[in-house]
Amino acid sequence: MKHKSWYLTIGGILTACMLAFTAAGLFWTPYSPTAMSAPDRNAGPSAAHPFGCDQLGRDILSRTLEGAGSTLTIALAVLAVGFVFGLLIGALCGYYGGAADALVMRLCDAIAAFPSVLLALVVLAVIGPGKYNVIGALGVLFIPSFARLVRGEFLKYRDRDFVRSARLMGVSDLRIIFVHILPNTWPTLLSGLTIGFNNAVLGEASMSYLGIGVNPTEPSLGYMLKEAQGFLFTTPWYTAFPAAIVILLILGVGLIGEGVRERMGVAS
Amino acid sequence: MGKALLKRLALLIGTLLLVSVLAFIAFSVIPGDPTASVLGIEATDEQVAAFRARQGLDLPVWQRYWAWLTAFVRGDFGQSFKFDMPVRALLATRAQVTLVLAAAAFVLIVAISLPLGLLAARRGGGVLDKALDWLVTVTTQITMSVPNFVLGIGLMYLFALVLHWFEPEFVPLEDGLWPHLRFMVFPALAVALPKSAMTVKLLRGSILGELGQDYIRTAYSKGNSRGSALRRHVLRNAMIPVVTFLAMAIGDIMAGSIVVEQVFGIPGLGRILISSIGNRDYPVVQAVVVMVASVVVGCNFLADLLYRVMDPRIERT
Amino acid sequence: MMLTIRDLSVVFTDREKPFTAVDKFSLDIDQGEIVGVVGESGSGKSMTAHALMGLIRRSEVSVTGSALFEGTQLLSLSRAQLRQYQGRDLSIIFQEPMTSLNPTMRIGKQVEEALFIHEKLSPVERKAKALDAMALAGLPDPEGIYRQYPHQLSGGMRQRVMIAAALVLRPRLLIADEPTTALDVTVQAQILDTLREINRREGTAILFISHDLGVVKALCSRVVVMKQGKIVESGPADEVFRHPKEDYTRLLIASRPSRRKLRGGGTDG
Repeated sequence: MKHKSWYLTIGGILTACMLAFTAAGLFWTPYSPTAMSAPDRNAGPSAAHPFGCDQLGRDILSRTLEGAGSTLTIALAVLAVGFVFGLLIGALCGYYGGAADALVMRLCDAIAAFPSVLLALVVLAVIGPGKYNVIGALGVLFIPSFARLVRGEFLKYRDRDFVRSARLMGVSDLRIIFVHILPNTWPTLLSGLTIGFNNAVLGEASMSYLGIGVNPTEPSLGYMLKEAQGFLFTTPWYTAFPAAIVILLILGVGLIGEGVRERMGVAS
Repeated sequence: MGKALLKRLALLIGTLLLVSVLAFIAFSVIPGDPTASVLGIEATDEQVAAFRARQGLDLPVWQRYWAWLTAFVRGDFGQSFKFDMPVRALLATRAQVTLVLAAAAFVLIVAISLPLGLLAARRGGGVLDKALDWLVTVTTQITMSVPNFVLGIGLMYLFALVLHWFEPEFVPLEDGLWPHLRFMVFPALAVALPKSAMTVKLLRGSILGELGQDYIRTAYSKGNSRGSALRRHVLRNAMIPVVTFLAMAIGDIMAGSIVVEQVFGIPGLGRILISSIGNRDYPVVQAVVVMVASVVVGCNFLADLLYRVMDPRIERT
Repeated sequence: MMLTIRDLSVVFTDREKPFTAVDKFSLDIDQGEIVGVVGESGSGKSMTAHALMGLIRRSEVSVTGSALFEGTQLLSLSRAQLRQYQGRDLSIIFQEPMTSLNPTMRIGKQVEEALFIHEKLSPVERKAKALDAMALAGLPDPEGIYRQYPHQLSGGMRQRVMIAAALVLRPRLLIADEPTTALDVTVQAQILDTLREINRREGTAILFISHDLGVVKALCSRVVVMKQGKIVESGPADEVFRHPKEDYTRLLIASRPSRRKLRGGGTDG
């Protein structure tokens, strides 16, 4: 690509802004997210409350900051679980192949055929709601898609000359997997990570919106939106700001993924 | 084709059996004995015994599974814990509502994305191509960034509260097909829009890819116009990956429908699933899960058949 | 003369510097004649063929000069007018039989396609003509192959399908753009025999394009040699082969034996 990738630039800037916003929310909010103030009930956006206030007079900016921080943490944790285990399983399956690989991949295909949000709902129906249960359920359900992605890449490289010669030189399998093959797969994995991150955000937000994600006492953009919908007509900003944050967060990372695919020539 | 069909059919049945085992373990074994939670601690011994006998709780697990499975296949989904009625009766109309919603969403995706995909695949020289590329990609990214339920809330706000195109009150099928569909268009749109954008992008890429193939040059050399080359050669081949994508999307469409039902207050499977999870009404959850899974697996099966018909290159074994 | 080409030029204008792929190409082809165009890859010989067939009509390519086919100026026809000639009076077969056929369309439909476009015939008549063309192209068991798909055939068979599809309306001129380059040596010889046979029986004129002077000599009565878009030499095939005037032609001839050694056999003779 001789052109500069605009997707990467715009996506990067957007993501940096959103990360700064959400990271700030982890440490600081202008008001206490739970502090109610009777005179500010249903107040529209103003200098004191840029995002306005909800029906209980709580500052929406503070609550959005807190919710975004929580959503981001959950999404990253889900991604970590899915990615680490998916990488291990996919790398081993792709590198060694054989009957175990066939069996594991059939299972992965079966799981990946179902929408992860629905499956996670079902898992939560059994183990109950809560932040860590959400992370566990979504994380485990993200493993198959990563495993399939990684496996495909390893299949591509395991019979290449540089891998064969490494094997002839007596390099250990683990070293071949992580030092020789893995670096080649980064463009594809990076693209997969951006998609996974967005699915994690979407998943957590949707589940919390349905009321089967995090506990109502835990901050979450999805749960805020569930509450806000009841006041859609009277206080539309209550819906608009958390919604905008979710959308921009996903859009930024999505554009980065698009840029990565464009630059590296990875199929989407 | 016969042998391949049998093999796919065996795989379909195997997958469904696996789903049933998992659903049984998840909702009939793991939660443990539901007697106390259903009847309360003040229940008499006779009541407990009667309940246990009716639910078949005294039998060994595999017998319970078999009894559950055979009953399920016959259409007996068990008894709801929360509502004192058969699960089947509870789900009948709700399943119909969700299927209408999902089907409407699917139809919308096809109706929106096929013409737009064809339009976007027009080539008009370098600058226009680049602009179209941008437009399609950015639109896709933006629509993909909006969660179904947020899109639903947005549509609700715009069309119900601001423009008053529809009342934000569910219209059941009994009020007539047309009013029902008129209402359902909006939630279906919330499910369909992101997938439509992705389909447009895929179809455009697929058509442009096919147009660059050598056999298109052959088609032109025989006297085909662009239109007839597109109709006769490109469309079918370009549709092959799209059909696969749409089949894979059916699971997401079901999931999207279930989420969007919450936004529009539609009494479908999603609604009852969510409330049953909250109530720990496991027979209902179990039935919904198996039903949704069956739809997804069944659609994938059909898509696989269609794919084989469309692409003769697939090994027919 | 059936086809008179004068000063045909093909210029790509979308580059930073306009690139002339074909520079003032002139050639006459009479009815029933086989004329060869030889040159190394990039010499503009395929571009000439595609320009004649009207396959490079794009805004960023300018095609100038004159190509008079039975009194009709091909280069000034509208797209719609040109389509009346494509596949009916003028046909072309390409270098890559693997990819030049539609993978999801039955062979029969692809052979019949020109009939479908240009004539109003019943399906039965169409099929009869298609089977006839397939037999002419040397396909064994036309009935069986009619219902098959391209991936079920070998490269040589596919090229015969291409020939059948090109000949189904018995065009006056067949342009063969390196039709044997992608094929095995033995298959190559058989295809050349088939083309010669078609020329003899149907009187189809053939413009044969190849980088292989030996093949051209075996098939063609006359030959033009192209280098970097220009004709550098022309004349009767035997003459050019035996007494080349240009170093470039000598080089093309000299490169033959090594190729023969490499492939383990020749095709001419």
